[in-house]
Amino acid sequence: MERATYVFDRVYLKGTGTSVGPLEKQGPLGEYFDRDYENNYCGEKNWEAAERRLLSDAIIIAIINSGLKLEDVDLIIAGDLINQNVISNYAMRDFDVPFLGMYGACSTSMQTLLTGSIFINSGMFNNIVVASSSHNATAERQFRYPTEYGGQKPPTMTFTVTGAGAALISSIPSSIKITAATIGRVIDAKQKNPNDMGSAMAPAASDTLIRHFRDLNISPDYYDMIVTGDLSQIGSQVLLDIMEYENYPINKLHHDCGKMIYSEDQKVFAGGSGCACCAVVTFGYIKRLLDTDQIKRALVVATGALLNPMMTLQKETIPCIAHAVAFEKCEVKP
Amino acid sequence: MNKNYTEIIKKNQVKPRYLRKSIVAFVTGGLVGVVGQGLSDLYRYVFHLDKNNANSLMTVTLILITAITTGLGIYDTYGQFAGAGAFIPVTGFANSMTSAALESRSEGVTLGIAANMFKLAGSVIVFGVVSAFVLGAIRYLFFH
Repeated sequence: MERATYVFDRVYLKGTGTSVGPLEKQGPLGEYFDRDYENNYCGEKNWEAAERRLLSDAIIIAIINSGLKLEDVDLIIAGDLINQNVISNYAMRDFDVPFLGMYGACSTSMQTLLTGSIFINSGMFNNIVVASSSHNATAERQFRYPTEYGGQKPPTMTFTVTGAGAALISSIPSSIKITAATIGRVIDAKQKNPNDMGSAMAPAASDTLIRHFRDLNISPDYYDMIVTGDLSQIGSQVLLDIMEYENYPINKLHHDCGKMIYSEDQKVFAGGSGCACCAVVTFGYIKRLLDTDQIKRALVVATGALLNPMMTLQKETIPCIAHAVAFEKCEVKP
Repeated sequence: MNKNYTEIIKKNQVKPRYLRKSIVAFVTGGLVGVVGQGLSDLYRYVFHLDKNNANSLMTVTLILITAITTGLGIYDTYGQFAGAGAFIPVTGFANSMTSAALESRSEGVTLGIAANMFKLAGSVIVFGVVSAFVLGAIRYLFFH
């Protein structure tokens, strides 16, 4: 198996920004998010504009939290779930900064982060903002039915997170270092049910995790926490079973952003999903855990189901991908 | 893909609760029928409309109620609970049109609302017309 893990020596997570909708604020991680809105319109006239606002918020907050200015940013890398990446593309009209758009479905958060990290490590860039967003209503419209449609949803379905997360990564040392990243392969587990993306994505997550451990020659317990993006209830159990079967048990270390972001009594079926799910949990909650020394090392694996409704109707199976990024707390020399 | 993964995925699937869902759908769908009959009787015996007009007005009333509750964001919650009980009656058809229209509002009246209104309901109309044609033809050929 060829090597797919890249080790960095000068990439630091300087600051992060998160902006979320009302349901995410009411959830168990509500206090870790920087900004929230009272309703899903976020003060805008339609949902696409609302998602743009969330994305712009997250980017601006990440820059402010880093103590930098927009002029210091060399590049913004961002992505979302909507047709031709329009949320990111249109939001960038307001930022006078070079931009790269990316699509990796719900894995976009780590895809942009690992791309930015490789750019920084190359020595050609100093400060890069990576960001991703999703909105429940825009995603429902893109991938499923109108939001007010009364069709019954199965318990395996996930609920798209409304929010956006951004991170400013830099070559200037700070207390959290981005140490390594594993680029995923497209894995098709022959699953056809678009209402159960967790099960389809779990084999992709396990593939990336196993390659990460093998490439770096480490065991899972090297990390204090292994976090997957949005496998949610069913997919998480599938992942744990696969990892057990492959002799890399992660039961005690594993957490899933889709399960963490909402509480049991919030009616979200199997849990959260979407680009923002992994982004806001990682850049809000996981960052806080690292900042406060509750954990020293974390591995975040963002999973993405690379489907669209047309492919589903053409009876294609769902190809999936997962990208991993490792965070480590470090001492900053003054 | 490793065959064992397919087995692991299969093992973790949750079984849909068909019996419970069927009973809920039967009761809620039946209730829509009861309400419809009640409305029809009301129009017929209290407002003295003839049978055809009373039935048409009953259908229109149910569609109106659905359209309003869809707009207020209530019908999708009810649909999640009732399943086929909310989907099969005329209310389900009305909801599919109203929700599609609401969703497309931001793209304008003609190419947004009007063009997308039948996005979900269109298939019902196509099959309705096709089956009416086939059954009409059978009736004409064999029972005329």
